[in-house]
Amino acid sequence: MEEVAIIGIGCTPVGEPWHKSLRNMAVESTWAAMEDAAIDQVDALIVGNMSSGNFNDQESLGSLIADYAGLGNISAFKVEGACGSGGAAFNAGVMAVASGMHDTVCVTGVEKMTDVVGDNATKILANAADREYESIHGISFVGLNAMIMRRYMYDYNVKKEDLCAFPVNSHKNAVHNKYAMFRQEIKMDAVLNSPMVADPMTLMECAPICDGAASAIITTKERAREYTDTPVIVKGSSLKVDTIGVHDRKTVTSMKATVTAANDAYKQSGLSPSDIQTVELHDAFSIMGAIGLEDLGFAERGKGARFAAEGQIGIGGKLPCCTFGGLKARGHPVGATGLYQIIELSKNLRGEGVVDAECGLAQNIGGTGSTVSVTILGRG
Amino acid sequence: MKTIKDIGIVGYGAYVPMYRIKNSDIARVWGNDPIRVPVKEKSVPGPDEDACTIACEAARNAILRAALDPKKLGAVWVGTESKPYAVKPTATIVAEVIGATPLINAADWEFACKAGTEALQGALGYVGSGMSDYAMAIGVDTAQGQPADALEYTAAAGGSAMIVGPASEALATYEASCSFVTDTPDFWRRQYEHYPKHASRFTGMPAYFYHITNAAKNLCSEVGKEPNDFDYVIFHQPNAKFPMAAAGMLGVDKEKVIPGLISPYIGNTYAGSAVLGLAAVFDVAKPGDTVLCVSYGSGAGSDAFSFTMTDKIDEVRNNAPNVKSYIGRRVSIDYATYARYRQKIRM
Amino acid sequence: MSVPRHWRESVKRYRLIGSKCKACGKVHYPERTVCPLCKSRELEPFQFKGNGKIYSYTIIWAPPEGYEYCKPYAAALVELEEGEIVTTQLTDCDLEKIEIGMPVEIVLRKLFAYGESGIIVYGYKFRPVLPIL
Ligand SMILES: [Zn+2]
Repeated sequence: MEEVAIIGIGCTPVGEPWHKSLRNMAVESTWAAMEDAAIDQVDALIVGNMSSGNFNDQESLGSLIADYAGLGNISAFKVEGACGSGGAAFNAGVMAVASGMHDTVCVTGVEKMTDVVGDNATKILANAADREYESIHGISFVGLNAMIMRRYMYDYNVKKEDLCAFPVNSHKNAVHNKYAMFRQEIKMDAVLNSPMVADPMTLMECAPICDGAASAIITTKERAREYTDTPVIVKGSSLKVDTIGVHDRKTVTSMKATVTAANDAYKQSGLSPSDIQTVELHDAFSIMGAIGLEDLGFAERGKGARFAAEGQIGIGGKLPCCTFGGLKARGHPVGATGLYQIIELSKNLRGEGVVDAECGLAQNIGGTGSTVSVTILGRG
Repeated sequence: MKTIKDIGIVGYGAYVPMYRIKNSDIARVWGNDPIRVPVKEKSVPGPDEDACTIACEAARNAILRAALDPKKLGAVWVGTESKPYAVKPTATIVAEVIGATPLINAADWEFACKAGTEALQGALGYVGSGMSDYAMAIGVDTAQGQPADALEYTAAAGGSAMIVGPASEALATYEASCSFVTDTPDFWRRQYEHYPKHASRFTGMPAYFYHITNAAKNLCSEVGKEPNDFDYVIFHQPNAKFPMAAAGMLGVDKEKVIPGLISPYIGNTYAGSAVLGLAAVFDVAKPGDTVLCVSYGSGAGSDAFSFTMTDKIDEVRNNAPNVKSYIGRRVSIDYATYARYRQKIRM
Repeated sequence: MSVPRHWRESVKRYRLIGSKCKACGKVHYPERTVCPLCKSRELEPFQFKGNGKIYSYTIIWAPPEGYEYCKPYAAALVELEEGEIVTTQLTDCDLEKIEIGMPVEIVLRKLFAYGESGIIVYGYKFRPVLPIL
């Protein structure tokens, strides 16, 4: 198998760009990444997207984006894994290059969520869960995570204040990120006092509904030096699934898919959690941040929130997390999120970021932990 | 009217929604005297309840008491004027929910407030003739009164299910019944209208009292009894006053009416009213007690039934929640919440 | 509005019918056609009694489209007597008094309706066990 490297990255600002369509955004980020790699053609385009059929009445994204990006009749298709679509697309891209099937692949994650109104978006996001046996009961995606959160707080006697450390950290880190949706710091009180969305989860513990597109150009490690002096090496890339329904898990306070994907990625890279210097956590909800730290091996069971509350996930801390604002503050355009994580991690490894790191990890979750990809990147 | 076969009620089940609105609150909103109100409070269905869901819980309770394999039912008949679908039977849903499909007759019956006892008459005939071993009749409504109208104070929600079967398995055996109808337009709702209309005081003497008393008297003469010979008497309950007045006209002691009189606490459950009263009596009657139940439906008519309790009542009574438990489970809501739950605010 | 989709599931939702593995005896809700425990494909319908206790819960203040009618409402993971966990709404309950471990029982309710003219989707919800007086 070939080793894989990232040679170009690009994205659109996350937010509510009313004038831009799904295809505008995808084309913009695809070309930003190609320009970064100084190329004007790829062999394949893999699109990560959760629900264009529902958000935009549009499928065939492989064709649409390749066509409008001027890439001609290349290999192109969409990969879907709910909010983990971006990570899944990246994993597919890595497989395509590692196998020798394609030389250069562009992976683009895109989601245009604001074409529908709020409660409709809530309904579409709930499609990430089991429609017939979870969503049918009127349980929003936030609601499912709130039930996980309540059980976590009950099992480990965790206070909500500790969980607030995740959104507070992400907002702080978004200030310097010109692509972030919310570039202002928030205080714990603001999180605690924000409106209740699904008890015990408040609004400011949840990532926003927004639009964005992010792309990465990958090729073999061997070829990477032809394009750039600062290639980022894919040291590990794994995707695992778990039961679609939360109700079918032995425990709801750990995500088996994260644990197994992380073990797999650690094994591929020959690294262990202690080697990881920065993490892009899937902090769509505060609780996911806490459970993520535990499942990835950075904190003991039930101690993830404390780990964050003690300041260890800050930029100057032991393990800087969500260094560009995470899902909470950079924004969470669902199918694009996995790619935003990859390019943010790449910036840090290329020395263009806010953390000086040799090695970093990204965790992208689809559903309530039903699809999880873990990527470990390192300096070339 | 008597049947060929010896039959009776082999199972019964009730249901009343949890929410209540005080009559004084309704009076306050519309500028009326909060003291002079027809009942204390009335039941209000929750936002996820309708005649079908109420029928289902009553039916499940009846099945529990009858300890019957639902597949043995030959009919599930739902009497209601608040069908969730104008066209599409409620009864097929109920039959599916309790597991009685597909070899069964299922239909909805309509006769204003006596739709439930109309269905019961049908079930008695169905089983009494030998067409089926068992049949279920349900009276249920989520009645809607027009805001500010006199009926808004009482239009309530609830229901009761009765399973008719062989007398040998009955908790109450059936002696006879009488149906008494005339064309009397005291209350109606035209097609596509949201709320019913009524003819005010005309609903009293020529309507309710005329039909109730005549049905009761005719039944009594058939079984050779006086109304006051029964141990318990249930009348349709549009309010708290009418049943007591009917008792007076028929010479029935008031104590015999009280156990089955539930309208003061939950209002008028329309097609559920007489059958819920009957269920409340079944909850307390002793073996050997005799029961007279007389319904009334506008338009107009009454069904009167004579039952005798058997030993079986003591065995099955506690196999499902009683009427008292449902009445006791109450949460008061204000008029605004009631208006929202009952979709009185059109959006 | 998809009528067949709801019709297909309706009986399972009305009566809480899942499946039981003929090979290893494990019961499942929702229904499965392959036993995830032993991979047997010999399963039979299994009706759950509908009694359980709350494993976790939430109160939904921002409902998905179509569920605004009963907002705010509680949702829960209910651990059934038979051992499976079911995702459900709670109804007829005091939102302030819900707690993990609270006993609940099945009832049939409206889940949602397709507007004023479409079909009504019925299914199970759970409520605090009715106290008998
Ligand atoms: Zn098995």
